[in-house]
Amino acid sequence: MLLEVKNLHANVAGKEVLRGIDFVVRPGEVHAIMGPNGSGKSTFASVLAGNPKFEVTEGSVSYDGVNLLDMSIEERARRGLFLGFQYPVEIPGVSMASFMKAAVAERRKAMGLEPLSSAEFLKLVREKSKIVELDGKLISRSVNEGFSGGEKKKNEIFQMAMLEPRLAVLDETDSGLDIDALRIVATGVQRLRTADNATVVITHYQRLLDYIVPDFVHVLYKGRIIYSGDKTLALKLEKEGYDWLIGSQQE
Amino acid sequence: MQIADCVIFMEENQNDIISALAEGDYKYGFTSDIDTEFIRKGLDEDIVRLISAKKGEPEWLLEYRLKAFRHWQTLSIPDWAHLNIPPIDFQDIIYYAAPRKNTGGSGNPDDIDPELKKTFDKLGIPLEEQLVLAGVAVDAVLDSSSVKTTFRETLAEKGIIFCSISEAVREYPDLVRKYLGTVVSHTDNFYAALNSAVFSDGSFCYIPKGVRCPVELSTYFRINARGTGQFERTLLVADEGSYVSYLEGCTAPMRDENQLHAAVVEIVVEADAEVKYSTVQNWYPGDKEGRGGIYNFVTKRGLCRGDRSRLSWTQVETGSAITWKYPSCVLQGDDSVGEFYSVAMTNHYQQADTGTKMIHLGRNTRSRIVSKGISAGFSQNSYRGLVRVAPRAEGARNFSQCDSLLIGDKCGAHTFPYMDIARADAVVEHEATTSKINEDQLFYCNQRGMSTEDAVGMIVNGYAREVLAKLPMEFAVEAQKLLAISLEGSVG
Repeated sequence: MLLEVKNLHANVAGKEVLRGIDFVVRPGEVHAIMGPNGSGKSTFASVLAGNPKFEVTEGSVSYDGVNLLDMSIEERARRGLFLGFQYPVEIPGVSMASFMKAAVAERRKAMGLEPLSSAEFLKLVREKSKIVELDGKLISRSVNEGFSGGEKKKNEIFQMAMLEPRLAVLDETDSGLDIDALRIVATGVQRLRTADNATVVITHYQRLLDYIVPDFVHVLYKGRIIYSGDKTLALKLEKEGYDWLIGSQQE
Repeated sequence: MQIADCVIFMEENQNDIISALAEGDYKYGFTSDIDTEFIRKGLDEDIVRLISAKKGEPEWLLEYRLKAFRHWQTLSIPDWAHLNIPPIDFQDIIYYAAPRKNTGGSGNPDDIDPELKKTFDKLGIPLEEQLVLAGVAVDAVLDSSSVKTTFRETLAEKGIIFCSISEAVREYPDLVRKYLGTVVSHTDNFYAALNSAVFSDGSFCYIPKGVRCPVELSTYFRINARGTGQFERTLLVADEGSYVSYLEGCTAPMRDENQLHAAVVEIVVEADAEVKYSTVQNWYPGDKEGRGGIYNFVTKRGLCRGDRSRLSWTQVETGSAITWKYPSCVLQGDDSVGEFYSVAMTNHYQQADTGTKMIHLGRNTRSRIVSKGISAGFSQNSYRGLVRVAPRAEGARNFSQCDSLLIGDKCGAHTFPYMDIARADAVVEHEATTSKINEDQLFYCNQRGMSTEDAVGMIVNGYAREVLAKLPMEFAVEAQKLLAISLEGSVG
């Protein structure tokens, strides 16, 4: 088991937003989490990454056999938990090169590897930026500063490719992308799949799942997973919406 | 270090910052056991005469010192800065301390005290042949005395004079006499008057007409002896059409006492000449509770005397318990240009009141001010800047940008811009921002595996990048490391 979430509850500003999530991910799997706005999808991703804005009040999360909730944000990241941000953050004056160099060095250190030399690092950058068809010049620009919406999302997947996470949680990576950018980003993610890693894709739209074919689709509603199925569930949701599921939830 | 190596070094720099952080605290805080000659504590006319005699100075210079001393006695400590300065007993300071073995610029490396050599090795200041590779000529001032000026012969071929000011007084008295005190008069302010009376050493540099100085000239200042003050004097003259880039670095041992540093830097830039003056100021800032540290009260001013002359100040200020410093440009020549790029960082209980003055006298003079203040801990950080446009400064332009970055909620950032504009056609722009390191940025960096401390170092370096980019390569690397180290313990 790569990730095992049991009865996870979390608050933001005193309000409960996750209300008992159970969720299991095995190596090699792709999970899609869907659901209407405000159902807690992004919160779930943030809580897994350890965002201090959220307070876990109940439940447990085991990641690769260890207690995830005991770990600092950076410790989780170094152990291969990657969060693809819905709104990637700008860091003025810090080049993507120095940012990624530091990130890769941390990840490698945690794996007992030496930092890459400058030449090795630049070679890796060239190789990985091809996956998302990113301009090579991007590496000398400031982190996300002045990037278009599409570039920001591609940049998230580029970072994922550089860091080779065991578990990637992609928070609405498809939002705000045009058809071409969506295809590039999604096929990029698909190409990063291995038998050993796993991906959790949070999305509103079925179209992303044309490229990243999920093994499981879950519906999150009011802080709980209320329904799970295979990839056909996403098609059904696309056609019929959430009402047929939500209706059964009214108490 | 050759240029190619420098580039690689920049690439590797991120790791250096991390290792430097792990090392922690003030790494220049060692003391050296150097055989030092002191004079008695206190300040009176006899002390001024004694310093002058020790240095074998001509009569005119002694007269200058005495004139300055008498004027100093009429002045009181300036109290207008946003600083809380404890009372200073000027009679409890030793005004002259010099390493005994070194005779001061003899030029023979064997004459230098081995302990002294070790000190400079620890500081990473190579005094010998490495400098040829690095393309840096160094004048090192320990306590009061200039220890050795490297790279002299190469410079001499081009007619460039770069030596200690004591030596310049002996060997080029006419030049020194012509320029000394012409930019910063002995009556300028309390600390400039004090410096003029007791300055013990410093650097002198003269770039002849039309000469482009082929190397970076560098002065390294270090306070070593206990209970002493350091009063160095730098005089830099760039004659018509010349160019020089000048670097200045400073460190001091960790001591629980406060030590006074009151320097004067004077620069004269003649027509079509250009001077770049860069400082990385890392005097001991005191401990986490604010004990000890250097009081850094410095007067720096450049006179752009000739038409089309240019002067650019770049400073990275991370050290000192208290910093009081306003490197300024007097833009006298028509079409002359003054620039000031500054990063001032304060942590713990440090205080800084720093900025610049741009005095537009000539026609079509331009100035640019970029100030980046960073405050952490319980520190107070002020930008104070004056832009003056005189009645005959037709077409003068100024652009000022003053940014403040706050880390934590116990520190303060202040901006005091002054404008004194006597012309309707002057274009004077001022932009200011204040920001805090934002939690989203930290979370983003953390999520990519970086510790909060590393992330803050990285964000701060990014914030200061525009200024750091103005520094020569080796200095930029050093400055980046300093910013990260100085932030230790400011978060988390």
